[in-house]
Amino acid sequence: MSHADNLLEVRGLAVHYPGRANWFFQKGVPKKAVDDISFVIPKGKTVGLVGESGSGKTTTGRAIVKLAPLTAGQIFYQGTDIGSLSNAEFLPWRKKIQMIFQDPYNSLNPRADILSILSEPLEIHFPQMSRSDRAERCVELLRCVQLPAEHLRRHPHEFSGGQRQRIGIARALAVQPELIICDEPVSALDVSVQAEVVNLLQDLQEQLGLTYLFIAHDLAVVEHVSDHILVMSKGGIVEQGSPAEILGNPQEAYTKTLLAAVPRF
Amino acid sequence: MSAEPLLKVQDLCITFHAGDSATVAAQDVTFSIAAGEVLAVVGESGSGKSVTALALTRLLPPPPTCTVTGSVMLGGVDLLKLPDDKLAKVRGGSIAYIFQEPGTSLNPVYTIGFQIGEAIALHRPEVKDIKSEIQRALQEVRITEPERVANQYPHELSGGMQQRAMIAMALACNPKILVADEPTTALDVTIQKEIMDLLARLRRERGMSILLITHNFGIVANFADQVQVMWKGRIVEHGPVSEIMRTQAHPYTRALIACIPRLGQRRRRLTTLTEELKVSP
Repeated sequence: MSHADNLLEVRGLAVHYPGRANWFFQKGVPKKAVDDISFVIPKGKTVGLVGESGSGKTTTGRAIVKLAPLTAGQIFYQGTDIGSLSNAEFLPWRKKIQMIFQDPYNSLNPRADILSILSEPLEIHFPQMSRSDRAERCVELLRCVQLPAEHLRRHPHEFSGGQRQRIGIARALAVQPELIICDEPVSALDVSVQAEVVNLLQDLQEQLGLTYLFIAHDLAVVEHVSDHILVMSKGGIVEQGSPAEILGNPQEAYTKTLLAAVPRF
Repeated sequence: MSAEPLLKVQDLCITFHAGDSATVAAQDVTFSIAAGEVLAVVGESGSGKSVTALALTRLLPPPPTCTVTGSVMLGGVDLLKLPDDKLAKVRGGSIAYIFQEPGTSLNPVYTIGFQIGEAIALHRPEVKDIKSEIQRALQEVRITEPERVANQYPHELSGGMQQRAMIAMALACNPKILVADEPTTALDVTIQKEIMDLLARLRRERGMSILLITHNFGIVANFADQVQVMWKGRIVEHGPVSEIMRTQAHPYTRALIACIPRLGQRRRRLTTLTEELKVSP
């Protein structure tokens, strides 16, 4: 079926949302958030996904982990079509595919301390794990993202944006995933913190052999982290290639517009 | 600088008090803006750039929570000593603000037109035909269908359109100075370019001064005349943009420029700030 080197293969993926019905209960025009896109993510590599707000890049990432409904298409994870699975059947794959979100302020439960934020995925995916083993694993996770162990009893509001994003990364790592979908992981951060988080993600990739789908609108960041780049516009992939190809010799007008918008100095 | 400064800030000190502890957010901040000039204030979260901007028109909490000393001179008047009723005329009148998240700065329960009209009615009572003034304000920020947008609520607009509406509102009262606090941080690169181009044009046409707060040196290099770098509440470096970009005398300035990934210059690792230069943990 799918090539052995490809961890994930997406074929003809489409996500359509029903349009708003009008006064006479006639069906509206469906909104095609993602329309017939195909791409592969090779194992151990980073695939960058760029595009503006509304281009469908976030929906694509969410569709892979069943957070957005599939209208058509198939998603193969090492040969298994995970797109057609029910939520219950999908559970083992949730362990393999994790997500990191853009906003470190809204993606962590403000009432929970760091220990329970990091323990929750362990309780779901490793129910046999003892309480003390879980606590030990949480300390190890914090060490992975370069935070001290004494932070376990603190709450999200006590941390800076960069530290929160590290906690988000630790939560994703908790269940030992293979693929991480990073949805604008550094867009909300200061440039210096952005550099730290990008370096951390790259170090973790090297240490743990992770595969990333890196979604962002900042072409310079995407160029820096990616082995392969997909450019999305209006729900479709308009261009894809290596960073050198996309940036050195863009073919599509849309890619050129995107490149021209990056401030240079 | 030869031109007489429009705004002159001297020895501004901002301290926040909580119980027995006091945190100095900005210290000995002195700068001036000439008419028609763009001054960029660069620094990270926690460097004191936003509180400095808010302190100009006393938008920070009143004492004892927060004490502000020094002086902010605008047209021979010290804004820090101005009575509240007079200061209300300055806020939004002479000095207008736009913020990072247009979505949270706009009032969700009123239409865009109503919110712009409110500002006009408050600051320019001489205007008779507020409705056409709203249309004019929206046209100025290149909103193509001003009639439709005026009747829409903030949630019906995209982030870029919301920021345009914010700018229209800020400019409706013909301010002398526009304080733009991270105006494009929440926006896409293409929209960011549109908004920055729009601000550059408005500044040219109106001769308005802009105090631009940002952490992105890319925007500074393309847009500002003067730049000052803030670190831990102090201005550590200031001067013309081309000069600062060339010399990068302060290690913090150098580090902030070095950590930005640049197109076509792929490196194995990004440069990060050393421990002693970090502002927040």
